[in-house]
Amino acid sequence: MKKMIYLDNAATTRTAPEVVETMLPYFSEFYGNASTVYEFGQKSKEAISKARETIAGAIGAKENEIYFTGGGSESDNWALKATAEAYKSKGRHIITSKIEHHAILHTCEWLEQNGFEVTYLDVDEFGVVKLEELKKAIRPDTILISIMFANNEIGTIEPVAEIGKIAKEHGILFHTDAVQAFGQVPIQVDELNIDMLSASAHKLNGPKGVGLLYIRKGIKIRSFVHGGAQERKRRAGTENVPGIVGFGKAVELALASMQERTQKECELRDYLMERVLREIPFTRVNGDRTNRLPNNVNLCFQFVEGESLLIMLDMKGICGSSGSACTSGSLDPSHVLLAIGLPHEIAHGSLRLTLGSDTTREDMDTVVEAMKEIVTQLREMSPLYEDYMKKNF
Amino acid sequence: MYSEKVMDHFKNPRNVGEIENASGVGTVGNAKCGDIMRIFLDIDEDGIIQDVKFKTFGCGAAVATSSMATELVKGKTIQEALQVTNKAVMEALDGLPPVKVHCSLLAEEAIHAALWDYAEKNGIQIEGLEKPKNDISEEEEEEDY
Repeated sequence: MKKMIYLDNAATTRTAPEVVETMLPYFSEFYGNASTVYEFGQKSKEAISKARETIAGAIGAKENEIYFTGGGSESDNWALKATAEAYKSKGRHIITSKIEHHAILHTCEWLEQNGFEVTYLDVDEFGVVKLEELKKAIRPDTILISIMFANNEIGTIEPVAEIGKIAKEHGILFHTDAVQAFGQVPIQVDELNIDMLSASAHKLNGPKGVGLLYIRKGIKIRSFVHGGAQERKRRAGTENVPGIVGFGKAVELALASMQERTQKECELRDYLMERVLREIPFTRVNGDRTNRLPNNVNLCFQFVEGESLLIMLDMKGICGSSGSACTSGSLDPSHVLLAIGLPHEIAHGSLRLTLGSDTTREDMDTVVEAMKEIVTQLREMSPLYEDYMKKNF
Repeated sequence: MYSEKVMDHFKNPRNVGEIENASGVGTVGNAKCGDIMRIFLDIDEDGIIQDVKFKTFGCGAAVATSSMATELVKGKTIQEALQVTNKAVMEALDGLPPVKVHCSLLAEEAIHAALWDYAEKNGIQIEGLEKPKNDISEEEEEEDY
């Protein structure tokens, strides 16, 4: 089999071997339930505490502000629904953006069906939330602002510090979905005035099925999963000890390597974007060119459809993703690409490549050569390209 | 996700290209929903489809159904070509995932649109052929932006 070039690290990452190694004893050796009295169970409890300490330290939070969950989507659901429930006597208005992950957007839609009002902020052509619009959207009954730290599709990093400041000035809670940003950019919850933050282990070389919600002390949101007294009575269910241990290790590694890793990724990212723009005509980069996640490349190839592009890349051993309708399971292309103002037919031709710590310059060269060939082939087959060329040349 | 036949027709699409001065050309679909098919027919005096070519902007299923549809109508009479339904195209491809069934409809419509164009150019009526509804027009394209 030919070498696989995995460029879908925003979808999920390889669990690092060191992480797996750290997790393994907690399956068959130290399998005790952390809620038990005996010494054996305390091993599990200690392991959870250690992971919590590492993670709290990573974002400048206190240990008792970190709550482990089953993943990023659960954290997002919890933050929004529980805040709505807890603060509904104060107001029933929530502000978010049009480019959030569906874990936020679909939760907001659910809240709208349950008596809440949601303002979905527009973004500019680079995918940046407009702060003036945010200020205008704030009402006396606004209880929560939820804006993602960085976008999962186009990689744009949002002005989180400014948003946090605005939220604080108005006495409104600020939640951020940092699933893509955690481990990629430094995050300090106090400096940024973040009240709640969602993150997920499998996006930073940790295991799948474990996430967290940071909840600032003093915020009175209740449990979302009812049952036992785990997670300070805020999230019932026997702890996923191996998962939590793996999450802790992954965060430790991600933090230690962040500067070096992201610098290398930025260089490769910019190299890939520049080569594609220079060597393949009718191509554009989506998202902010510099203010973006170090590992995110998002391109549009005009006259070409995304799914076809993905299948052909896959035939060459390259894994990527697309915002085309055919890959989203609906007839509409990605809501993010539409929100930055792309017409439908261009949004259909999008390709997201997200690099990892093991991505090399050679990989980038292979990908560019593959894309040149594939895009040419698909354009020769495209009636849109034919029409364009006949009209203009 | 796709059958081997679909993958084969996607990887090696038959009859890609255009026919100059084609007897009939039909374009269906809409760039907004991500699929456009254009079929060119070369029909002789006896009403036999001598040659057929296609161009498609769309997903793997759209390309494969276009390719298969052209194979199914090549060498056939107009009446035989009208019998090439989306069901026939799908069966010939060993099926499509449920979300991709609309792609096979597009292939049937593209053939009908090309035959309609042929009939109009020649001032004839083809029995059993209705005016294709999915023909894309410039106005429709601009409407929503």
